[in-house]
Amino acid sequence: MSSARAERLVNLVLCLLSTRQYLPAEHIRSIVSGYAGAPSDEAFFRMFERDKAELRDLGVPLETGRSPGMEAGEGYRIARRDYELPDIDLEPDEAAAVALAARLWDSPELAGAARGALLKLRAAGVDVDAEPPTAVEPRVRASEPALTPLISAVQAGQAVTFAHRRHPAQDPVRRSLEPWGVVSWRGRWYVVGHDRDREATRCFRVSRIVGEVRATGPPGAVLRPEETDLLQIVAGSAEPRPGSHRARLWLADGRAQGLRRQATTVLGRLAVDGVDGDLVQCELPALDVAARWVAGHGPDAVVVEPAVLATAVHALLTAAAAEVA
Amino acid sequence: MPGVADRLPRLLALVPYLLARPGIRIDDAAADFDVTPRQLRRDLELLWMCGLPGYGPGDLIDLSFAGDTVTVTFDAGMSRPLRPSASEATALVVALRALADTPGLVDAGAVRRALAKIESAAGRAAQQQAVVVGLATREEAALGTVRNALDRRRALRLRYYTASRDAVSERTVDPMRLLLVEGRSYLEAWCRSVDAVRLFRLDRIEHATDLDEPAVPPPDARPTDVSAGLFRAEPDQHLAEITLAADARWVAEYYPMEDVVDLPGGGAMVRMRYADTGWMVRLILGLGADVAVREPPELAEAVRGRARAALARSRHLPSTSTR
Repeated sequence: MSSARAERLVNLVLCLLSTRQYLPAEHIRSIVSGYAGAPSDEAFFRMFERDKAELRDLGVPLETGRSPGMEAGEGYRIARRDYELPDIDLEPDEAAAVALAARLWDSPELAGAARGALLKLRAAGVDVDAEPPTAVEPRVRASEPALTPLISAVQAGQAVTFAHRRHPAQDPVRRSLEPWGVVSWRGRWYVVGHDRDREATRCFRVSRIVGEVRATGPPGAVLRPEETDLLQIVAGSAEPRPGSHRARLWLADGRAQGLRRQATTVLGRLAVDGVDGDLVQCELPALDVAARWVAGHGPDAVVVEPAVLATAVHALLTAAAAEVA
Repeated sequence: MPGVADRLPRLLALVPYLLARPGIRIDDAAADFDVTPRQLRRDLELLWMCGLPGYGPGDLIDLSFAGDTVTVTFDAGMSRPLRPSASEATALVVALRALADTPGLVDAGAVRRALAKIESAAGRAAQQQAVVVGLATREEAALGTVRNALDRRRALRLRYYTASRDAVSERTVDPMRLLLVEGRSYLEAWCRSVDAVRLFRLDRIEHATDLDEPAVPPPDARPTDVSAGLFRAEPDQHLAEITLAADARWVAEYYPMEDVVDLPGGGAMVRMRYADTGWMVRLILGLGADVAVREPPELAEAVRGRARAALARSRHLPSTSTR
């Protein structure tokens, strides 16, 4: 932004803050420093439109209306009560919490927005240390391109459509969703809402959205049902499959530490193929995951029971042994 | 250059900021706004030209400079900052709610008080709940001991499982901070065994003992930069090229990849870096027929060798040989 434009915009804000009357554009042109240079009516209105858009983007509450006795057209003013950040006073421990919160985001948009908020708090006289010493440092990444349009749609109360892969190996399917919010859960982002096609509450992993998110329908059409706990919905659907597997394994001494950590009981000593080891009882996850873990340890882990796990591991190892480069 | 694009918000914030801090040093103000003192002086010169219509001596913003300090003597009606925008309020309020709703992380009382004040000051913009962040990680037995050691600045003795080497080791560490990244908790600490800063995943700490001696990380122990993720590709790492069938496609989503090329049928050809061959062999062995190693040949050979050895050994197991 040029200095001339920045100066004009500051002057415009000061002028509109100081008036209770709505000022017509023509009047603003004649009194606010910076508009006199406009060579024609058209040039002025273009300039003024751009300036209004800039202020609205910043969140300046620009009001349009007509003051009593005003002759032509609408005018503009800024309601001081809506513009001004009210008095706020933070205790040192509260300011430290705010500083920590502002550093949560590892994403240019959200981190920038948080910095913008801090700037205004400082301007309100609050002292917020940018780098407070802290023992705990939570960070949230938000790099998925679909996040920004989804958040905008939620804020606007607008439905969205997008293509989504249910599984990374599957073809994307077009979804039509009334979004209630986006949720970060265990390092992953989800969008939660009412799936119009399935007529049910659904959440979708944002990183599996392919291509653009399109907002459809009128703003304000989507209302989140009251008492909806978005985090709860995601936590409930994103939990890994339960179902643990009790298994007896032989583990070579000093090896297969990852499996040894899952052992609940050491049942005894056993030598296999001349190698000393422990016979242990383990709690393992679902069969396919358990088989993957055990097979990964190669000759250092052998399944004793159950047979179904031994068979699954055997199949994985046979495939790996036959693999030709 | 940062700061130039944000100039208008800064200009609107500067006058109230200075009003609240009469006689502040220009260097200090510049640091708070994250701009150079030179840029801040330019901003002040610009504001000095601004004011109310009429633009006479009594209408313009007035600043008085003394040495390297500045004081606002007339604010032209701009005495308070603009309220945070919806996105600014969201970024801050969502983060505060996340901190408040995660027990044991920080002093929840202070967070809640701050949250209430910010929500009431930001007004409607803060009421949106479009974004929710859950910071809670999985249950971690070591959390209590680690938290306590950090608060009391105590060294810890750790029994730690290193997944890359599939090994458990004992080490003494000087805790620095607790990091919550990508849904997991890590203790960042100076590790006395390797004389370096290390991240210890809490769910891999098998046992932590408070040593009742002060934590003294050396002054040059720098915090880890995690802004680009935890895994960093290093030049001395190996590079593998592997083909994943559809059922193993999750691997490309779960681990950082150099390169992913989709294949017909839902599979993918990927290139990934790995530091430890043993770790990579474990991953590939577990994927059975759903993976094929294309490069490097030593990796493919290691996988085959381990698989054959495993099959041979399972035939020696007394209870399975009778099946």
